[in-house]
Amino acid sequence: MISHPRFYWGETGNDLTPTLFKLPIPASRSLVPTGYKYVLPDQNGWSRYLHFQAAWVVVLTGLLYMIFGLLTGHFRKNLLPDEGDLSWRAFSRAIASHLRFERPSEAEAWSYNLLQRLAYVFVIFVLFPLVIWTGLAMSPAFVSAIPAAVNVLGGQQSARTLHFFVSLALVLFLLVHVGMVGLAGFRSRMRAMITGRAVTQHAVTH
Amino acid sequence: MSELESGKLKPGELAPGSMSRRKLITTGLTAAAGVAGLGVAARLGQRYGLVPPDHGGIYGLGETLTYASQRLLTRHSLAREFPRSQISKPPFPNEIEPPTDEFKRLQAGGFADWRLSVNGMVARPASFSLDQLKSFPAHRQITMLQCEEGWSYIAEWIGVPLSHVLDAVGVLPQARYVVYFSFEPDTWESIDMADALHPQTFLTYGMNGGELPVGHGGPLRLRLPRQVGYKSVKFITRLTVTDSLKGFGKGLGSASAEGGYAWYAGI
Repeated sequence: MISHPRFYWGETGNDLTPTLFKLPIPASRSLVPTGYKYVLPDQNGWSRYLHFQAAWVVVLTGLLYMIFGLLTGHFRKNLLPDEGDLSWRAFSRAIASHLRFERPSEAEAWSYNLLQRLAYVFVIFVLFPLVIWTGLAMSPAFVSAIPAAVNVLGGQQSARTLHFFVSLALVLFLLVHVGMVGLAGFRSRMRAMITGRAVTQHAVTH
Repeated sequence: MSELESGKLKPGELAPGSMSRRKLITTGLTAAAGVAGLGVAARLGQRYGLVPPDHGGIYGLGETLTYASQRLLTRHSLAREFPRSQISKPPFPNEIEPPTDEFKRLQAGGFADWRLSVNGMVARPASFSLDQLKSFPAHRQITMLQCEEGWSYIAEWIGVPLSHVLDAVGVLPQARYVVYFSFEPDTWESIDMADALHPQTFLTYGMNGGELPVGHGGPLRLRLPRQVGYKSVKFITRLTVTDSLKGFGKGLGSASAEGGYAWYAGI
């Protein structure tokens, strides 16, 4: 991204073609016309190794998570919103209670609320599959075997642009998620995550 | 790993009552099966050529998984080809090193003295002029060159499939890799036989109906459309067929791997 902070739509794009948009940052390549007078150091080698190592962690743990989520009923019991909650009234009530910064009731503290469920379902079943798909769609080897993976996205550069926005959405989710964990009591939430036992609000001092 | 397992079995290491004997035995057996499975996978991977030369180091596992899975998935698949109307005008030439005097001399002579030598594990080592390479049936492909940096273009590439040249020199059955060297010093790469014999792997001398411009690697560039651009090395002068990459540089398979870039770049 830093070596070529220009984004395109369609199959191809380079310094000689118009962009969809440009990031206002200098590049790590001197040929890219960024308007900045300096060139950032090249970090592409190790960072790409790290990226694909991390991609495998996401794919493999994601697969395990999907299998166990289906087998144990975790998705059905804890993630998919209750049918009764899927109404505009329930939705606006949840939004309103969030905007008033109301603390969750004791019962709510034991499970995910409607907005949490919707956010998690979106991240798990939309953003993660999309980030993996758009990533694979940029691989010339992968699309040689499965060309439809890139063709339905509108081309290799479209896949790159989508990959950028989906990963941005994931980073945004991560920041908000960690922020909310901090607000809800970092230590008690961490303890709950590791031990599987939740401590309710009364026992938590911060 | 066996140390770890035997370590687990030391009675003092276990908190009392934390694990039943049956659970301990099952866990031990599962762990042993896992380790044995990894060992078998590693041996099978080596045997079927699924382990890349840069498999060492902290990123080796991810690199090996990528190479192995793509090699299994894409052994015979063809890179996407495009209609003529999608050819990029003009194609984007990436930066090249300023040409040396020797290169300028060859260029002034219309590259008549350019030679491609082929050696290593071949029955008949040979040296080809460009005219000799052009006397092979010319093949064309309209494929995308995509750089690891993110930019790309589509062009028509004209040349001779590498497999034709390898057939002409008679590759020995134990060959596993083809190492290719550029006129530019310290610029070399290698590919496995699946890529070397792939019908779209070209020794390219033409582009978009004309000669291959020097800016794009003329007079001779290796085209490998199923991997990103840095594997498509410009100014090719030598091919060496080998069964092991250990003797080349640091043994990582390419100059880019020595510079911290992955050897396999199907991405």
